[in-house]
Amino acid sequence: MIQPIALEIIVVCLGILLLMVESFSTKVSKPLLAHTAIFGLLVVLVLTFFVQPTAGALQDSGFYVLDPLGLFFKRFALVATILTLILALDYLPIVQRLVPSERPGAGSGEFFILPVFTCAGLMWMASAADFIVIFCALELVTISLYIQVAYLRRSIASLEAGTKFLILGALSTGFFVYGITWIFGTVGETSLESIRLALPDVPGAAQPALIFGVAMVLVAIGFKIAAAPFQFWVPDVYQGAPTPVTAYLAVASKAAGFVILIRILEPFFTVIAFQEKLFLALVLLAGLTLLFGNLAAIPQTNFKRLMGYSSVAHAGYLLVGLAAIGDAFAGRAVVFYLCGYLLMTFLAFLILVPVTKASGGDDIANFNGLARRSPALALAMLIAAASLAGVPFTVGFFGKFFIFETAMKQELFGLVLIGILTVACGFYYYFKVIRAMYWQPAPEDAAPVQVSALSKIAITTCAVLILVLGFYPQLLLRMLP
Amino acid sequence: MSSLSPLLFLILVPILSAALIMAGANPRFTALLGAVVNVVLFCMLAFVFDAAREGFQFVSSFPVVPDLGISFTLGADGLSMVMLFLSVVVTLAAIAVARTPVDGARWFYASLLFISAGVVGAFASVDVFFFYMFHELALIPTFLLIGIWGSGDRQAAAWKATVYLATGSFVLLLGLIGLYLIQPVDARSFDLRQIIAHADAGLIYDSPVVYLLLLFGFGILVSLFPFHTWAPQAYASAPAPAAMLHAGVLKKFGLYGLIRIAAPVLPESIQAFLPLLLVLLIGNILYVGYITIAQRKLDWMLGYSSVMHMGYIFLGFAALNEISLTGSSIMLLSHGLTVAALFALCGEIRERTGTLDFSELGGLARTAPGLGLAFGFAAMASVGLPGFVGFAAELMVFFGAFAGAPPAMGIFNGKEVFAFNFMQIATICAVWGIVISAIYMLRAYRRIFMGPVHDRWAAIGDLGGMQRAAVVLLIGIMLLFGFFPQPLLNLVTPALILP
Repeated sequence: MIQPIALEIIVVCLGILLLMVESFSTKVSKPLLAHTAIFGLLVVLVLTFFVQPTAGALQDSGFYVLDPLGLFFKRFALVATILTLILALDYLPIVQRLVPSERPGAGSGEFFILPVFTCAGLMWMASAADFIVIFCALELVTISLYIQVAYLRRSIASLEAGTKFLILGALSTGFFVYGITWIFGTVGETSLESIRLALPDVPGAAQPALIFGVAMVLVAIGFKIAAAPFQFWVPDVYQGAPTPVTAYLAVASKAAGFVILIRILEPFFTVIAFQEKLFLALVLLAGLTLLFGNLAAIPQTNFKRLMGYSSVAHAGYLLVGLAAIGDAFAGRAVVFYLCGYLLMTFLAFLILVPVTKASGGDDIANFNGLARRSPALALAMLIAAASLAGVPFTVGFFGKFFIFETAMKQELFGLVLIGILTVACGFYYYFKVIRAMYWQPAPEDAAPVQVSALSKIAITTCAVLILVLGFYPQLLLRMLP
Repeated sequence: MSSLSPLLFLILVPILSAALIMAGANPRFTALLGAVVNVVLFCMLAFVFDAAREGFQFVSSFPVVPDLGISFTLGADGLSMVMLFLSVVVTLAAIAVARTPVDGARWFYASLLFISAGVVGAFASVDVFFFYMFHELALIPTFLLIGIWGSGDRQAAAWKATVYLATGSFVLLLGLIGLYLIQPVDARSFDLRQIIAHADAGLIYDSPVVYLLLLFGFGILVSLFPFHTWAPQAYASAPAPAAMLHAGVLKKFGLYGLIRIAAPVLPESIQAFLPLLLVLLIGNILYVGYITIAQRKLDWMLGYSSVMHMGYIFLGFAALNEISLTGSSIMLLSHGLTVAALFALCGEIRERTGTLDFSELGGLARTAPGLGLAFGFAAMASVGLPGFVGFAAELMVFFGAFAGAPPAMGIFNGKEVFAFNFMQIATICAVWGIVISAIYMLRAYRRIFMGPVHDRWAAIGDLGGMQRAAVVLLIGIMLLFGFFPQPLLNLVTPALILP
């Protein structure tokens, strides 16, 4: 048996080791670094299966819990990071073109190493049970992501994205800390467990202050999960950031946001007085996010921007699931949706990168005629788009089904109706990609699309998993906390 | 997991054929082979099928989400056997008349086979959830078929159909979730047998909201007035085999669902919203009927006529008695066969002349007599001429619907006199639909096949061997069951569960 905390320590050590090797040896090729990182993370992923989850906090400190939810999200973060690194390997030529360097290939090593540190942050976040630890883990994730977003130093778009992400991210951090101080001021605790115990005793006069604090925290997390009206940064940052980082932001950062949201809301949902107000806030957030994300996605022509709005839209469905958290199945529905979201988003980005390399852009028009140029890749993208839209026999459909089922059970009929409208919008904008691939002719001078072996494995795995889970979701449900 | 249902093979054969085609097998040959194998398989099943037994046969079940009572359960009773028969026959006919496109033949045949797998799966499912899922299997293939190989304004047609069908299917999904939630808390299930058992025991709250969700969800998919506008456009643009499968088989899913699920479980809500449904279905028959008369092109006319005929089936459903429901169920088969034959012939005409405009066509019966004869048969079947199975079905629907409500007696001059109740008024309006369909069908026949031959069409060829075989198959079945409808009744009636 391994100490639970050892997992994060191994990941951090792996990152430091790689950083050292990168700094002191010029002979080591960059792809080798990436492969080492992938291998290291895979080992950690295997190690997570030898850790026994326990309900209580580690050493009674209240800082760190390793419940099944936390353990599951550690694996989620590891898988997401591994997929990001595979994407990054594919993306390497573009990085080397857009990063100025004295020697060929220099300056691209950190592109593979920073995600490892982000991964450590995500893993900590999954286990954090204290506002201070949540904050530290969040900063580790966010700061390493600032660098990654702005990584392409010669690309104006990337720099612009980095600046926007930095400023709005810092703002959200401010909200977060401010919210924590209000909560601490009224309850006198930062540990979530202690807050849960102290909540019933909070005097009525102090309740508005506490709610204000929670609202501030909710705003900050709203930034992280890209919920409307805190989604301004999403389209620009998603479009400007290097594609692997976009995928990482879309999946890992959002998932982490939802984990801490679940953790933070849990104690407050036990008290009726807070429950109603939080519920109202969640319903409003969910409705707005659904409408904004889906409606704004309709006219998009750039694929990454489309995925940005789609990420907002998916946050909306997830929030519907959270608003229905009173149902016993809702927690699993949300986590299932997140897993499906991981598969389909990474599948879409894994296909985008080779297409971008072959056709020189990331507009939807760059997918034109892909069915003729590369039928297998087009089929994989078809599966990804179908799943994102929620066509049956894909994991995306079951995700939406579970969310709607719990929402109907909790009688959130308004949200469900909005959900139906937005699903129809979703069909339109995801099918735009299918249309480009199948209806439109390929450009005359189209270069052949080349996919590396590692990407091929990842693409096949994601596509097959989407279909298998779309028929037999129990496979995943069984593993969920 | 109980023993494997032979129905599973009916679903797997088209999917495997599609996979083989994608992997490099000869597209047309493989698709045709798959369709033939499925017909043979079905005939073997029909031979084993015991019509005298109640309930579902060939049942196998595999739990998929035990927490929510979802399982992949296959099974067939008389009604589903009839629908499966329709599915495999129309699939065979559609693939037989299909013309291999120059570009993307693999995707073309694979898409057709996927639609076929979807309909077979839907009609072979006992689990309501999988019934729904299989229907949606056709969504993307339809989008591709219309968008790539369609004619006319195919892009607009494909978008419209896709967005309509996707919205409809999610409304329907809500209805099905509602159906799940109105069951007793600890025994909720998506299994049709269990749902009906709950309904029999009176444990289900007859919720009007759930009924309306089901009615409109299924209604959008069946092109119930006023949600019908996607259908004529999509069928006019779709390549012939896609239109055959879609209008002939896939669209029957919605009515099949209403007869199967709503009729036994939610009878009170059906009664409560009867006036609404009657108004809508009269809209289908009369309003859409008049629009059909106004069409100037054969493909649009057939598209609208297939929307119009849905009104009769809805009428049989609305009356909710044994005769009317049996009539509706048989009409699912008869209309499927008829409209498939009509779309196949329409595709053949388009293939030969490049136009379907009535003003440009004329005298084709001279140059292509086989085509003309076949179209005449199909048109007559569509009108409901005695001798075709459609006649038996229409007759039963009208008889059943006329007796569908208790007689309403009115008071006139102080004396009690006979008055028509609203079911009877609706039936009378619906009967008028026969006149309407006779008008447009005969007029289309005259415009296309009669009159002097235009010089442009002097040299067009008659039906080829494959096409001829497919059309003869469809018309032969219509005639066979037209003269001997009793075997169908024996299959369908015991499967119907009346409230």
